Amino acid sequence: MSESLKQRYDVSAHDFASAGAASAAVKKTLKQLGFPPDFIRRTSIAMYEGEINMVIHGEGGVADVEVLEDSVIITLTDQGPGIADISMAMKEGFSTASDSVRELGFGAGMGLPNIKKQSDDFQITSELGVGTTLVITIRT
Amino acid sequence: MKIENIIEILDAKVYTDVPYDHIEINAACGSDLMSDALAFGENKGLLLTGLNNPQSIRTAEMMDIHCVILVRGKEPDDALITLANEKEIVVLRSDHSMYTSCGLLYCAGLTGDET
Repeated sequence: MSESLKQRYDVSAHDFASAGAASAAVKKTLKQLGFPPDFIRRTSIAMYEGEINMVIHGEGGVADVEVLEDSVIITLTDQGPGIADISMAMKEGFSTASDSVRELGFGAGMGLPNIKKQSDDFQITSELGVGTTLVITIRT
Repeated sequence: MKIENIIEILDAKVYTDVPYDHIEINAACGSDLMSDALAFGENKGLLLTGLNNPQSIRTAEMMDIHCVILVRGKEPDDALITLANEKEIVVLRSDHSMYTSCGLLYCAGLTGDET
């Protein structure tokens, strides 16, 4: 693959039924392009965790995915309330999710740490009242 | 372990049309929280959960899990079954609790470690 492949997905706020659809589409693309299974799994898990966060915390947003020859760069931008303390949010088990979110199977406080674990490079920026942006890089 | 063995051990009901004769399950994980499953369920072929919504199937899809067992007798809804059929993930129901379902499979040789 000589040129990068760029895809953009809209992620709807609070649309829990279709949450994960963008991650599933990216997984399908990576499979079609013949990337290794472990790389595809790590990419899928990281993007899915991020997509779920956008749905339940972030008031929706946009997922930009750039597929390169030996890596993928996922940029998730939401218009949510922002994260007050990023260092706390990165700790396993820390969560501000409501009980209703936990009843849906999420909000264990593992999302951001797991995204970092699956990725080779992970950047997070957030501004209260503006939103949060994640840039996730995963290499083969 | 073959899925037909799992069905027999748990006296489980099958809800999907996905063929499973060729699927070999080497390890399993159990959790009601998908965030935990996503963080700790790597390289498992089977997820046991009480989470009865399509996100249990989405989680399985992302993790290359072949089979989801709903424990505590939970009846999967149509949205879950439709997505599972589309993603070729086998859905079973066990009337046993999470603890007993996991215990029965563990005693039959299906552990949490891939071998």
